Amino acid sequence: MEKRVVFRSGWLPWALLAPQAIVIAVFFFWPAGQALVQSLQQSDAFGTSVSWVGLENFQNLWNDETYLASFKTTAIFSILVAVCGISLALLLAVFADRVVRGATVYKTLLIWPYAVAPAVAGVLWLFMFSPSIGIVAYGLEAMGVDWNHLLNGGQAMTLVVAAAVWKQISYNFLFFLAGLASIPKSLIEAAAIDGARPWRRFWTIQFPLLTPTTFFLLVINMVYAFFDTFAIIDASTQGGPGKDTSILVYRVYYDGFKALDLGGSAAQSVVLMVIVVALTVLQFKFVEKKVNY
Amino acid sequence: MNNKTFTLLSPALAPLLALALSAPAQAQVEIQWWHSMTAVNGEWVNDLARDFNASQKDYKIIPTYKGTYDESMTGAIAAFRAGNAPHILQVFEVGTATMMASKGAIIPVGQVMKDAGIKFDPAAYVPAVAGYYTAPNGQMLSFPFNSSTTIFYYNKDAFKAAGLDADKPPTTWPEVVLAAAKLKASGHKCPFTTAWQGWTQLESFSAWHNVEFATQRNGLAGLNARMKVDSPLHQRHIENLANMSKQGLFVYKGRGNVPEASFVSGECAMINTSSGFYGNVAKNAKFGYGLAALPYYPDVPGAPQNTVIGGASLWVLSGKKPAEYKGVAAFFNYLSSPEVQSASHKRTGYLPITTAAYQLTEKSGFYKEKPGTDVAVTQMIRKTTDKSRGIRLGNYVQIRAIEDEELEQVWGGKKTAKEALASIVKRGNELLERFEKANKS
Repeated sequence: MEKRVVFRSGWLPWALLAPQAIVIAVFFFWPAGQALVQSLQQSDAFGTSVSWVGLENFQNLWNDETYLASFKTTAIFSILVAVCGISLALLLAVFADRVVRGATVYKTLLIWPYAVAPAVAGVLWLFMFSPSIGIVAYGLEAMGVDWNHLLNGGQAMTLVVAAAVWKQISYNFLFFLAGLASIPKSLIEAAAIDGARPWRRFWTIQFPLLTPTTFFLLVINMVYAFFDTFAIIDASTQGGPGKDTSILVYRVYYDGFKALDLGGSAAQSVVLMVIVVALTVLQFKFVEKKVNY
Repeated sequence: MNNKTFTLLSPALAPLLALALSAPAQAQVEIQWWHSMTAVNGEWVNDLARDFNASQKDYKIIPTYKGTYDESMTGAIAAFRAGNAPHILQVFEVGTATMMASKGAIIPVGQVMKDAGIKFDPAAYVPAVAGYYTAPNGQMLSFPFNSSTTIFYYNKDAFKAAGLDADKPPTTWPEVVLAAAKLKASGHKCPFTTAWQGWTQLESFSAWHNVEFATQRNGLAGLNARMKVDSPLHQRHIENLANMSKQGLFVYKGRGNVPEASFVSGECAMINTSSGFYGNVAKNAKFGYGLAALPYYPDVPGAPQNTVIGGASLWVLSGKKPAEYKGVAAFFNYLSSPEVQSASHKRTGYLPITTAAYQLTEKSGFYKEKPGTDVAVTQMIRKTTDKSRGIRLGNYVQIRAIEDEELEQVWGGKKTAKEALASIVKRGNELLERFEKANKS
């Protein structure tokens, strides 16, 4: 059965679309176009002398080993953030859904971190894990773990992933909670009467019915990890030690806004844009097939 | 009704009207000054503007805090592109080459002073300071404002506890290693650390030992400079620090000025950092502390030479009215007087930037009263060589980041000193080549 609304007027649908179309044009297409143009230019900081350099900015990137290495860093970071963020949020949502008393308190507390700005989240986690003064680092040291994310790349990665996941968990949690609430109670009750235990009910009923939500969150979390996390990195590790936590978007931010290399930064953002578009297309082509709507 | 209201109001309006009419006759020219000074130093900047505004009637300096050094620079660049840049912008030393290369965006300070008919003598400035902000053709491009340099701080109480002479700080690197070993033996977890590792351990280190950091007189002579930090002496020093790190004598505490907190808290007993850190130590350290000159390797000929400057200078941006530039010149003239300079130096710990200001401060007995405050000055006020005058490179912000990244890998044991320094040279040179190309005029 197909639902379709037919507009009699020719201009009305366009008029209704216009506000959203304008927002997308101004905040996405226009800047993206600017980035494309700038990626082909090199200029001094003030923009007083601009020269066209063709694909040289991209060549520079290609010849930079550290740039190629940051693809791997970005892949590790994004997968960890998306997988940890989604699975933890699902776990919390399932539990919060079952809580009978004080559910609102749990829910509010879990949604709270979403209101924290990324830079603040970075600083918060940095303080907790700061060697010699941080409370978590202190505890780890007492347990015999030598925590020093200033020199240990793996620990630095753990720190930024934790901060990024913590920041995003609320968002994922909200969607899962709404998804769970929309599953008809009768289905679960019927299964319970048939003798299915909670674990089985979750895997055979709730999880399959949550796949649209999970898929949506997968896309959103990938985009989040790719684009929205530079403030966390900047506030906590600045990409260090070495370049161990220097993900692609952090380099875009750093080269553009700190080092004022606008051409190089624009070229990187074009590369990033291509990657995310490709990833999203892939996800819709292959992962979406497994989704039950 | 209307008439009545008017008559009632008119006595009240009269003075206001008079004020409004007379205002254009004595209108002040407003001059925008963007800076990055916070807390104690922010108050200092506001006081300078207030005192200047009170000293004359024609101009009004309006200081505005615009975030950290890189934030205010990015902000000013965006403002310049949009056509509403400030008149005066405070730029940190790493941004100097970028500003110099932006010829259409700035007006040389020498030019501003000349146009305003104010006498301006670059020779009055401390050579290492003036040299840094002077173009290869001898013209002074920006106005030296808050200059600092790298020095050595140590915890006297920790020295005593370790059985060291608290009045004899180590003067050479071998002595630093010995002192660190004793501190460690006495139970100190962090004998030595360094802030601004690139600035202190590579840049200042080079000038202090009179070895090249980069070619073309460390970049002062032209944009075609290339990195030279892979010399045997640099390798020896970084290897030395790497060994200290392995033995727990040197503990890495992070980039930029982050490690400074570990000295003030008493955790680290010795630190290399900016002379501008003095105010913080004087206010917050709960132990006896001492200031000393940077350590050096005694077998290197010509060491110790002099150290290079950090801090910031004031740049004049283009596109404003001639009357406003006159005001800028008058303000700079006010700032250069020995009295103002000396007072600023005593207040902030930044260097006195004219020789006259240094002499005035010395006469006042300040250095005797607060021992150690002259360390930075005596390190700087020396005859400089082509290798020690200063370091000014394009894309310097990124080069500093490369220094951080590569050195971290040495401290972490992932790279040898030789590999890391070679990598700094290679990656640094790529940036220098790109800068040279982008700024060809």
